[in-house]
Amino acid sequence: MSAQSKDHYYVPDSSAYPFLCSIALFCIAMGAASMLNGYSFAPTLMSAGFLGMAVLLFIWFRSVIIESPDYNMDVDRSFRMGMSWFIFSEVMFFAAFFGALYYIRMLSIPWLADTELLWPGFEATWPSTGPQGAELLAGVAPSANSIAEGTEYALVDPWHLPLYNTLLLLASSVTLTISHHALRAEKRGQTIIWLAITVILGAIFLFLQVEEYIEAYTELGLTLGTGVYGSTFFMLTGFHGFHVCLGAFILLVVLIRYMKGHFNAERHFAFEAGAWYWHFVDTVWVGLFIFVYIL
Amino acid sequence: MSHAATAGDHGHDDHDHKPPFFQRWFMSTNHKDIGTLYLIFSLTMLFVGGAMALVIRAELFQPGLQFVDPHFFNQMTTVHALIMVFGAVMPGFVGFANWMLPLMVGAPDMALPRMNNWSFWILPFAFAILLGSFFVPGGAPASGWTLYAPLTIQGGMSVDMGIVAIHMMGISSIMGAINVIVTVLNMRAPGMTLMKMPMFVWTWLITAFLLIAVMPVFAGAVTMLLTDRHFGTAFFNPAGGGDPVLYQHIFWFFGHPEVYIMILPAFGIISHIIPTFARKPLFGYSSMVFATAAIAFLSFIVWAHHMFTVGMPLQGELFFMYATMLISVPTGVKVFNWVTTMWRGSMTFETPMLYAIGVVFLFTLGGLSGLMLAITPADFQYHDTYFVVAHFHYVLFAGAVMAMMGGTFFWLPKWTGHMYNETLGKIHFWLTAIFFNITFFPQHFLGLAGMPRRYADYPVQFTEFNQWSSVGAFGLGLSQLLFVYIIVATVRGGKKATAEVWENPEGLEWTVPSPAPFHTFDEPPVVK
Repeated sequence: MSAQSKDHYYVPDSSAYPFLCSIALFCIAMGAASMLNGYSFAPTLMSAGFLGMAVLLFIWFRSVIIESPDYNMDVDRSFRMGMSWFIFSEVMFFAAFFGALYYIRMLSIPWLADTELLWPGFEATWPSTGPQGAELLAGVAPSANSIAEGTEYALVDPWHLPLYNTLLLLASSVTLTISHHALRAEKRGQTIIWLAITVILGAIFLFLQVEEYIEAYTELGLTLGTGVYGSTFFMLTGFHGFHVCLGAFILLVVLIRYMKGHFNAERHFAFEAGAWYWHFVDTVWVGLFIFVYIL
Repeated sequence: MSHAATAGDHGHDDHDHKPPFFQRWFMSTNHKDIGTLYLIFSLTMLFVGGAMALVIRAELFQPGLQFVDPHFFNQMTTVHALIMVFGAVMPGFVGFANWMLPLMVGAPDMALPRMNNWSFWILPFAFAILLGSFFVPGGAPASGWTLYAPLTIQGGMSVDMGIVAIHMMGISSIMGAINVIVTVLNMRAPGMTLMKMPMFVWTWLITAFLLIAVMPVFAGAVTMLLTDRHFGTAFFNPAGGGDPVLYQHIFWFFGHPEVYIMILPAFGIISHIIPTFARKPLFGYSSMVFATAAIAFLSFIVWAHHMFTVGMPLQGELFFMYATMLISVPTGVKVFNWVTTMWRGSMTFETPMLYAIGVVFLFTLGGLSGLMLAITPADFQYHDTYFVVAHFHYVLFAGAVMAMMGGTFFWLPKWTGHMYNETLGKIHFWLTAIFFNITFFPQHFLGLAGMPRRYADYPVQFTEFNQWSSVGAFGLGLSQLLFVYIIVATVRGGKKATAEVWENPEGLEWTVPSPAPFHTFDEPPVVK
């Protein structure tokens, strides 16, 4: 089956990568579960898993790139569909966390405050660290529960770092599109420059995000443990930051591949897939900026 | 190189070059082999989960505590359900999809063959973690398969193992579903328009969409659990402003589409078997397609009928009650179409047909008890009783699992090249159907009388029905050994099957020889 012509759909030969990747995934998962429960072997297991996965994915992607001249347009379409449905699954993952945010703000906080018997003196406001946060503010000794390490917290000012980050990400979507147009027009220099600018904008975004987190933890007293406000704030922005990391990495790989001459004006699926992913990450940020930072 | 697992005698043409053992089964990119792996895995998990069910039924044979302590009993109910849902039913249907979708749409393989193999191989490792949790301090998760907070905020390492195992199963399901959607949308033979696709293809397309839409939501829910447990977040802790009911909402936003994920492919299988043995085309094909889509759409807006008793506002209770009852309309369309397909058909009753009729009848019973549960005020009485247990075993065992058994008998000759033993097949059907009803029908009465689920002991007045149920369960479990025997015997030998197998069946899968060659449809067929 190795000699395949382009009028046939490319069905790859048997491959050991999926089985080996499953072993690596097992090490990561089992390592994570053991690490949370304080087993000393856990960090080694988990690092081995991540290392193995990284190496395997590198080899796997490499062999796909080597095969790619044999792919016909049907295979190309499969890849495109696969990537769009993957992004849809990511959208649904974020939807769970946005849903949690809306539910807590619009329903559960008001319900908690409505019940005089349950939480006397607790007001339904947002941001909220819950009744225990209010208790702490009133000078009552904190219970053993680990909620709200510091109740003296301040919010991140949306019109400072987050605004810069919004502008950075929106600009990066534009530069990415310019690069894509240049690629289609076969303007090599411009493609490289604008794509590199996109990656740099993504890196600056990540730098500022880390800066914002350090500020929140050290100056504002806002942590993951600051009640449900801290939970939603850090989980939403944290998962988004992780996705920016991934997106920037994808675009960096695409940039290197382009410089090596992997793409042409017609065939550049990896570029487009990376671009779709980047626009998705960008869109999520707009939602975050509005619903987490401003409102 | 030819590996003689199936005794096909046309191994000399180019189609039958099979790789050596390790390469064939561990490194496969062949949709038929990966389908076989999925089916074997699913059957294995059916027995593992079934053994746990028998521990439950042994304990409940008499009031009082006989065999296990209550904590272990709770581990059994929890892991039994997780294994059956994620290890037996879902991989079983993915196995059918792998085997049949490329054959049905005339494709050379699944669209993304290596990813296909990865989605399979994640599963044994994920279940190794889940089952491994029995051996950590505190034992396996004992919270019920729904893993409700705040119970799962407590609990030992096993909850973390359950969570990472669920993440792995989710990754596997999402990759499998992406593969199905891409195969169906991109790999159809020329001429096969969407509205000419076989029903099994349609139901799996919609199932795959549901999977991609809700598995990430479940991943989000268990991630919140994990951070609440270890990193001080307060999603489900009212003291910090969260709400344990939030977990239930997110879980059931996943959980309700999930139950359709487990039944829609079964509807697809039934829609192939009934026309074949009624010797009539499927009645109302397009209404069948639209009914499936309508069920999928409604599945997103009915989740809170699992939580009528948590204290929702009245408007919420009413909305979810009416939306839920609405599902009976498209489901009714399907049942009507199956019955009408049989109406005045030249029916014969081979094993697959017996299963199909059994599924239509018993699933409808489960649908009707579901309608009772949908009525909010009545549900206040039934909630978390054995009535619920009876209801979902009628739809999940008599619906999903029995449809898979029927599908196995229906396509086994195509897979192995041999006819199964018809007499034994029929005996297996009747044993399964009768013992199933002995097991679960009395549980309706137990639930209506108020016996709570997930509890190791019960008041003495429930004894008799429980004894019926336990006897039935052991019969049901033992009958499945016959199922394994029939399959093994058919793989090893038996009367040669023709390409068509049945009398004028419809579909591309019957145009290839039996057993289906290692590679099929290298040249796409043309569908008129």
